Amino acid sequence: MTGRSGSAVWFAAHEWRLAWRDWLAMMTAGRRERLRRAVVAVVIFVIFMHFVAYWMVGRYAGAAPDKATLVAVTGSIVLSWLLMVSQAMESTTRAFYARSDLDLILASPAAVERLFAVRIATVAVSVAVMALPLGAPFIDMLIALGGWRWLGAYGLIAAMSAAATALAVGLTVALFRGIGARRTRFVAQVVAAVIGAAFVIGLQIAAILSYGTIARGSVLQSQFALAPDIASIVWWPARAALGDGVALFGVAGVSFALLAAVIALVAPRFGRYAVTASGIGASSTVAVHRPAAFRLTSPRRALRRKEWTLLRRDPWLMSQTLMQMLYLVPPAVLLWRGFAADNGAYQLLVPVLVMAAGQLAGGLAWLAISGEDAPDLVAAAPVPPRFIVQAKIEAVVGVIALVFAPFVAVLAIASPWHALVACAGIGIAAAASTAIQLWFRSQAKRSQFRRRQVSSRFATFAEAFSSIGWAATAAVAAANAVLAIVPALLALAVVAGAFLMSPRPEPRVA
Amino acid sequence: MQHFAPPLALEITGLVKRFDRPAVDGLNLDVRAGEFYALLGPNGAGKTTTLRMIAGLLRPDAGTIRVAGIDALADPTAAKRLMAWVSDEPMIYDKLTPLEYLEFVAGLWGVEPAHAQARAQDLLDWLELAPHAQQRCEAFSKGMRQKVALAGALVHDPHLIILDEPLTGLDAGSARHVKSVLRERVRAGNTVIMTTHILEVAERMADRIGVIAHGKLIAEGTLEDLRRQAGTGPNKDATLEDTFLTLVAAPAEAA
Repeated sequence: MTGRSGSAVWFAAHEWRLAWRDWLAMMTAGRRERLRRAVVAVVIFVIFMHFVAYWMVGRYAGAAPDKATLVAVTGSIVLSWLLMVSQAMESTTRAFYARSDLDLILASPAAVERLFAVRIATVAVSVAVMALPLGAPFIDMLIALGGWRWLGAYGLIAAMSAAATALAVGLTVALFRGIGARRTRFVAQVVAAVIGAAFVIGLQIAAILSYGTIARGSVLQSQFALAPDIASIVWWPARAALGDGVALFGVAGVSFALLAAVIALVAPRFGRYAVTASGIGASSTVAVHRPAAFRLTSPRRALRRKEWTLLRRDPWLMSQTLMQMLYLVPPAVLLWRGFAADNGAYQLLVPVLVMAAGQLAGGLAWLAISGEDAPDLVAAAPVPPRFIVQAKIEAVVGVIALVFAPFVAVLAIASPWHALVACAGIGIAAAASTAIQLWFRSQAKRSQFRRRQVSSRFATFAEAFSSIGWAATAAVAAANAVLAIVPALLALAVVAGAFLMSPRPEPRVA
Repeated sequence: MQHFAPPLALEITGLVKRFDRPAVDGLNLDVRAGEFYALLGPNGAGKTTTLRMIAGLLRPDAGTIRVAGIDALADPTAAKRLMAWVSDEPMIYDKLTPLEYLEFVAGLWGVEPAHAQARAQDLLDWLELAPHAQQRCEAFSKGMRQKVALAGALVHDPHLIILDEPLTGLDAGSARHVKSVLRERVRAGNTVIMTTHILEVAERMADRIGVIAHGKLIAEGTLEDLRRQAGTGPNKDATLEDTFLTLVAAPAEAA
């Protein structure tokens, strides 16, 4: 390994090796023989994203740094940055609570603050790297069409990730000190989950309340007149993205200084936080008060009830679900505001519901189907193996029905046709996401499922594109059922592609 | 005088399982009803693979397994109804309480709720888990988790209890509890088949001991029988450890 033993470089090399192997495992779902397919899929995805980028931002490549451009770019930067904060907070929480090698490190005579400094820096690097697959195609297109000045956007990504990590670490430490180790785990996960969604959702609700539309751009444009002068420091990040060297230098300087300050403050105390976090499992006992009597049940019902109980008691899943539910707040407000006055709002509502159902079903299915703490117990039970998977799927379907039934019911009163389309779309999108997670299942304990990235990247992307496809189908179907065949075929192609890419099942255990 | 052999709780014939090499290689094994049978062997001998095949967690490449006369490969559901499986790693859910866990297991095995509840309460009392019955298992020690898993295995009153290293990592008190529960189950007429590396436990508790090496049963019987088979026959002071090491050394030397 590079560097002197125990030095920051040596720790960085160690972290890099672990991160690289972790990334490889994520990309290939733990099967090295799938690496070539994974690389091909990544290349296809990158090419596809460049086309998407050309379509979306190509016309802005020559944009001058006027106020309208600065407002639009700043909006995109704030949204991306909040998502980065969310990602950084998730990583920081994991670093605090995951035991993995902490016992070994804390028991060693090495200067652990160096390792923790490297670990915080690694969070910043990983946040930047995570942003690249989505950000790079857009920047590349802008460079290709608008010149080298857009290269500054890459520097801005690095600066944004540094600032996001500094804020995330600061927030997590503040929570840790303020509300204690046990509550921080749950609260930090919830905050991380909702922080990225908050900006979009806030803008949508403001747009609905002000203009009766879900389009958030209208709010940004309405604030245009109130925006500061273009010379204001507020626009520095946007100017940096547009190639202003001084602005980039300023933003990067402040961001990296913030990160350095946080590392200097937190790294020496990181070990103490980790030790405190490790103590909560041993010291906390959660009492559950339930009716004493056992209920009459069948094996299938017992499996379903177990899944619901575990889903309900999983803080990570609850935070993820809460985020999905937050995306439903704008449609709910829209429904409330525009009830019985069909002004085209339902046309927007249907795909939002379908998309949310697909994503929520995917998340739940992934955890319920792949996460099993006692696989031998259920496999040794006198029930056919297919019962076990069926019960898990039924548990997921039950939650989806519970969440979306009120929306569909209210919509049915206002517009039966839209309700019918939404109902069908929700069912199909949820079924497709569940099927994808079923094909890509990889059994592990729930405690190892702190993040969805443990699952195959193929599954995650396929599930997202399938949900988008079914949402588009529902949107078109709400207006014209015949035309909906085209997006439906595309969505079906995504699902079929996922099936073809899925690993073949292992020989079944008796 | 006519002798009636007790019915067989478990009958294994020609069992084979290969991974990259044969893990179990033509194993024949009979365990009588009401018997405590200890399966010993060095690491990698095929003990766990054998037990996982009996429990229906692994499909053999060849051979037959009959549980109380039921063909476990042809009708695994019927066979599983009679069995319980406990591994060295407790199979419990962190987010469930012991009581909820037992209710879940009883539901899986289709036990009538009133009966299951009474049985669960007895087991929790017996295993000194009653004060923790309403607490989630996530904060439990290894010993407590293993006791919860054992309670789960017993809540449906299985005829055949299969245990893979159930005492691993347990403190003396917890280990004594587990052993006393197993003894009681055998007294009640159940059959226990258990692997262990703690030879003293096998020596004290087992009616018969089987020694497995390279996937084959190389010796079987009471401690006296094993001494005879190992060639340490006249030496009454030869412990099971001496006998076991002599037995497993022979095939290794032959290999």
